[in-house]
Amino acid sequence: MECHFQIENIINIYIIVISKKKGKDVLETTNNHYDVVIIGGGVVGCAIARELSRYKISVALLEKEADVGWGISCRNSGVVHAGFNYKPGTLRAQLCVKGNRSFAKLCQELDVPYKKIGKVVVAQKKEEVEELKRLKTQGEKNGVEELEIIDSDKLKKLESNVKGIAALYSPETAITSPYLLTIALAENALRNGVSFFLNTEVKNIAKLRNSNFKINTNKGEFTSSYVINSAGLYSDKVAHMVEKDKYRIYPCRGEYYVLDKNASWIINRLIYPVPKAGSGGLGIHFTPTIDGNILIGPSNEYIKQKDNLSTTSQIMKMLSAETQKFLPLISSRDIIRSYSGIRAKQAPPSEGGYWDFVIEESNSVNNFINLIGIESPGLASAQPIAKKVVGIINKKENLEADSDFKPFRKGILRFEEQDEETKKALIEKDPDYGEIICRCEQVTKKEIMEAIDNPLGAKDLISIKYRSRAMMGRCQGGYCLTRIMELLKEGYGLTPQEITLKGEHSYLLTGYRSDEVNI
Amino acid sequence: MIQKKDVIIIGGGAAGLAAAVSCRQKGIDDILIIERGSYLGGILNQCIHDGFGLEKFNTSLTGPEYAQRYIDQVKEEKIPFLLNSMVINLSPKKEVIVANRKGLQHFRAKVIILAMGCRERTRGAISIPGTRPAGIYTAGVAQELINLKNYMVGKKIVILGSGDIGLIMARRLTLEGAEVQMVAEILPYSSGLPRNINQCLYDFDIPLLLSHTVVDIKGNGRISEVTLAEVDKRGEIISKSKRKVACDTLLLSVGLIPENELSRQAGVILSSITGGPEADERGQTNVPGIFACGNVLQVHDIVDNVSLEAEYITEGVMDYLQGRLQAQREIQIILGSGLRYVVPQKIFTIKDTIFSFRVNQPGKKKKIIFEAGKELVKKKFFPRVNPAEMLRVKLTSEELESVKRLKIRLI
Repeated sequence: MECHFQIENIINIYIIVISKKKGKDVLETTNNHYDVVIIGGGVVGCAIARELSRYKISVALLEKEADVGWGISCRNSGVVHAGFNYKPGTLRAQLCVKGNRSFAKLCQELDVPYKKIGKVVVAQKKEEVEELKRLKTQGEKNGVEELEIIDSDKLKKLESNVKGIAALYSPETAITSPYLLTIALAENALRNGVSFFLNTEVKNIAKLRNSNFKINTNKGEFTSSYVINSAGLYSDKVAHMVEKDKYRIYPCRGEYYVLDKNASWIINRLIYPVPKAGSGGLGIHFTPTIDGNILIGPSNEYIKQKDNLSTTSQIMKMLSAETQKFLPLISSRDIIRSYSGIRAKQAPPSEGGYWDFVIEESNSVNNFINLIGIESPGLASAQPIAKKVVGIINKKENLEADSDFKPFRKGILRFEEQDEETKKALIEKDPDYGEIICRCEQVTKKEIMEAIDNPLGAKDLISIKYRSRAMMGRCQGGYCLTRIMELLKEGYGLTPQEITLKGEHSYLLTGYRSDEVNI
Repeated sequence: MIQKKDVIIIGGGAAGLAAAVSCRQKGIDDILIIERGSYLGGILNQCIHDGFGLEKFNTSLTGPEYAQRYIDQVKEEKIPFLLNSMVINLSPKKEVIVANRKGLQHFRAKVIILAMGCRERTRGAISIPGTRPAGIYTAGVAQELINLKNYMVGKKIVILGSGDIGLIMARRLTLEGAEVQMVAEILPYSSGLPRNINQCLYDFDIPLLLSHTVVDIKGNGRISEVTLAEVDKRGEIISKSKRKVACDTLLLSVGLIPENELSRQAGVILSSITGGPEADERGQTNVPGIFACGNVLQVHDIVDNVSLEAEYITEGVMDYLQGRLQAQREIQIILGSGLRYVVPQKIFTIKDTIFSFRVNQPGKKKKIIFEAGKELVKKKFFPRVNPAEMLRVKLTSEELESVKRLKIRLI
């Protein structure tokens, strides 16, 4: 298929960006040309940004939301899959196994929580045991280690509250914080020179006469030699801007319940049902999160709109029924929140199941690299995917390594996790550690200030929540929300109307109580 | 270094203040109140409406005025208190770790009085379907934002739940120029006090839709619409009754949950019905020397009852400190029909005992019956009963003297 490139002259528009060149804050006026522009700041886009920052090239990442990771990346189970669910030879199998093996190191470099807690896939009927054996063989073909079929006695020993007759035990499966990882990748990329443009939505892309791309956004134009389409749910739309109708993404929603930490003793590992053949999900599972909650979900439902993140009463009922099957000890009283995420599926609803990841340079548009259908195990595979993308560019450009690259990044120190002596020393050093703002998650003023002061400059409450855990507990911000609003107002001079939950139009207050009063 | 105290009171709200003053009046010298906020009085400070103190002081006060009466006594009695101080640990040995800007402080107390109050049930806890936009507040948070921070939360309001804070906020928001479209209540009766329904809804022509709930929420940035529906007698949604209501704010007043995270740490057994500790006739929990009063024990209807309960339990505190609190024998308490719960859940010593309870549904001309086996111990008539109101009945030590099992029911 021929493409219709618009022939236009380069118009140099100068825009002001806040960029961190080699770790230093600089407010500068820059030309808007970059060697590489990445579209989409999910975990994969941010991992690509970080991988590219190892080289001497200029990179920009454009994200339509007010922070990174607000799409698929913050709305999944946070599981670092081992890789036995995927067909041997596929990218999903290869990259997942690779990602799983190097995940601990990645998290260590980026100061992101990670725990190898293991997983059991639980059979409740005789006929499901065969499927366990098939998964084991498949996993072994993919290179997954230490898979074991266990009987109900051993299952009882591992997970005394789970009902089942046999299970596939995978000790290599791990958990992480998907949003903290995305943020960490972005922060490290920023520190190593990548420019981040938030609230920046790509409207159209054209190839110029000099073979550069011109990328039109709501925040002005960018030009680049390469474009990486890592737009997740909208990757079909972005691809369509240069190459008509090649891909199609079908949104497939999954709803979750979040349980109170007080219920976390019920399980030790990830508890999965045996996946149903042809299903585009792994079934309703029980996921201990890195923060100590349990997630129940996700459901698996094709929907029409890509931004419809509703939860529904039918699915909530179904989640409760599934819970009764596997873990009758969990009660509806343990629920503190529900939410949903949306998978970026290539497999159409009529077909179901999975298609493999697409990670390739467009064969009709040079230097345009597409990442399509990155659904599960996208989190586990994020780094290998990024390396593969860099590999594509490296083959053509022979990139020069940047010896200044710093792989390490420090996250926000969690007061609650420290021993008593450290806590004392912290408060002595900075009294803000002594002020606990979020009671449920024991988050101090210091941590919240660090979250507000984040390097990417995201100031929405959700951004503060993901970074600090404030508002994530059982009272859901009942105690700390007003206090955090005050910190935003006093510390950053935001007016009441400027305090937002998650981006534009999500204002929390309509103003002061009375128009006459202006404090 | 561990500092020793006779009595540590966790929480400087209505319950904590009344308990502190009452302890001092009984002659206890070494008391410390620990409060996480920057002032004493707790949630009373944001309750700027009146109607407090009718029972206790025989006059109608605002929340801050009611609190001030106790704060004045605390200061007069020179009872020490810590502000801006969060208890981060409470052990079964009654050791307390407090965090504040000065550092971590360790205490060991002979008696702990739990007075942490309660928190509001959230949208997540009741699983309302829909999106998760800005503009959904629990009524108490909205009350704090408006009354203490001087902010306005929205202009076109729907309130779900007819708890008292929701009713109070319906009036408050109306007075501030917002349009409160309705209060929807899933039950066939209100969970708020009748006086609040009259003064906060009917006086302002705000409709109360009973047997109605919110079944969907729309809006991505800010909430833009809710779907209301009627529910049938079994609580199932009647599909035909669904209707959309445009709004920019949804306020929730759907229940309060006693705040017992510290109690759990200390090994205190909680009741699955009240959400508060299982307490005996002295307000003592299963952990000797740990007492509870106020909303942390059971959610109260009016603050006067909180103060009365706090004062009532300090007798047991005194007895405990003097080594006079010995279990004599256990009277089993059996919850009979018509009642949601009763406090205390156990009785170990025979004394005049106040029983607090709530009924399951509204009724007229009802009797509370206390029975020991087939023998009637006490009967009390109530012309009207309402789940919104906490009922209190006192049994004397004589009445309890020969009882082994006490069954309480409503007829």
